[in-house]
Amino acid sequence: MAKLPVQFSLNGTDRATFVEPAGTLLDMLRRGLGDFAPKYGCGQGTCGVCTVLVDGEPHLSCLTLAVACEGRRIETVSGMADGPDLHPLQQAFMDHFAAQCGFCTPGMLTAARALLAKNPNPTREEVIDGISGNICRCTGYEPIIAAILAAAGSPGARRA
Amino acid sequence: MLDVRHCATLAEAAGLLAGDRHALLIGGGTLVMRDVNEGRLTDGTLVRVSDPAFRQVNAGGARIELGAGVTMAMVLASRELGFLHAPARSIGGPAVRNMATIGGNLFAACPYGDFTVALLALEAQVVVQSGYGSGRAMPLEDFLAARDRGGIGLVTAVQFARPQNPADLRFRKVSRVKPKGIAVLSIAAHLPLAGGRVAQPRIAYGAMAPTPIRARAVERVLEGKPLDAAAIQAARQAALEGCRPATDAIASEWYRREILPVHLARLLAGEAP
Repeated sequence: MAKLPVQFSLNGTDRATFVEPAGTLLDMLRRGLGDFAPKYGCGQGTCGVCTVLVDGEPHLSCLTLAVACEGRRIETVSGMADGPDLHPLQQAFMDHFAAQCGFCTPGMLTAARALLAKNPNPTREEVIDGISGNICRCTGYEPIIAAILAAAGSPGARRA
Repeated sequence: MLDVRHCATLAEAAGLLAGDRHALLIGGGTLVMRDVNEGRLTDGTLVRVSDPAFRQVNAGGARIELGAGVTMAMVLASRELGFLHAPARSIGGPAVRNMATIGGNLFAACPYGDFTVALLALEAQVVVQSGYGSGRAMPLEDFLAARDRGGIGLVTAVQFARPQNPADLRFRKVSRVKPKGIAVLSIAAHLPLAGGRVAQPRIAYGAMAPTPIRARAVERVLEGKPLDAAAIQAARQAALEGCRPATDAIASEWYRREILPVHLARLLAGEAP
C-alpha cells in the first residue's frame, strides 16, 4: 500500500516524511525520524512510556495514527534540554535519583512537563494523578514524585 | 493490509461503514490501535472523521448532546458537565483522557467502559447513523444489547437530560490500584429527590455483566422512599439481581458479588469511597 506524506513540527523543527497508512506516531518518530526518546512498552495504552506532547497535550504515541499528526506540534524529551542546559525537570530527576532502569523516564518527564505547564504548583496528589498513566516497574515512584515537586518549585519549571 | 480513509463529514463516514463490513471507525485510537499493535487487526479500513459535529459539546440547556468524538478531557474541561467529571476522571491517565472518546467508551469491552455506566444511569440515547440517511436515537440499553452483534452503524452522538441537581448523579469506580486502575466494578446512581423521597431512580453497574447493566430491582425498592437506612438495606438485598459478573485478571466473580452490595450501600449513604 502506498505510503502517505505527513508534515508536522518535531521539537520546534518542521519535518516531513512518508508513513504507512495505519502506522503509529511512535513508529514514525523512532524508525522514520530516529527520535528514540519515546519507547515502545505495552502497545496498549497502559504503561505510558510512549507519551509525547501533541499540541502541548500528552498523548500515547503508540496508539496515535501518524497520519493524524498532519500539521500538529509534536514534542518529545529529545527537545527538552536547551543546548547543554537540562530542563529543570531533567535536572530534578537527576538530583533526586528519579531514574533507576530509566525505561519509564521519557514518559514520566513528558507527563510531568504537561502537568507543570498547566499547573505550575501542583500538590502531591495532583502530581500522582499527573503521572498515573505512567508505570515504573522499578516502583521508584517516590523519587519521581519528589523530583517533580522540586522542579515545580524551581524557576523555569514551566519552560515549554 | 490496513488502509486509512479520512472523511470530512459524518455522512461520508457512515456511508463508508455501511458499504464495507471490514471498515472500522477510529476515534481516539485507545481501543482500535491496541488491536493493531497486538496483531489482532491486520486487514480492512480505519475510518477517521474530522466533522466538527463529531466533537461538539452542547451542554448549555436541559437536553445535552455530546458528539461521539468528544474526549474525556473535553468533558473535564466543561463546567456545565461537572456532574460527569467523576466518571470522566476515572478513565485512564491524563494521556488516555486526551484521546479516549465517549463514543469509543460505548464499545469498550468489560471490565472497561466506566463512562458508559454513568450514561446508562442518565438514560442516555445513542444517535446512530446507518448509511447516508439521517441519524436516529436509540436507548443506550438497546444499543448495548445489540452492540456485540455489530453492524449498528456510526455512533455520532449521545443525548441525555441534565440532572435537576448535579449531586443527583453519584458515581463510584472500585479498583485495586489508585488513582488509575481497571474497574473491579463501577456503579452510577441517578437519584432525583422529590419532597425528600427518591423519584424514578436509575442505577447502573459496570463489570457486573458482559455490558453495563441497569439494576432494576434496586430501582424498584428505592422508588418513592427516603434514602434512609431501611431503604439502603433493601437496596443492598436487591443489589445482585440480574448480575452475571465474570472472573478475570482483575477480580473473581465471587469477589465482585461480595463487594457490590457493600459499595452500593456506601454510595447510597453518601459515604466517601
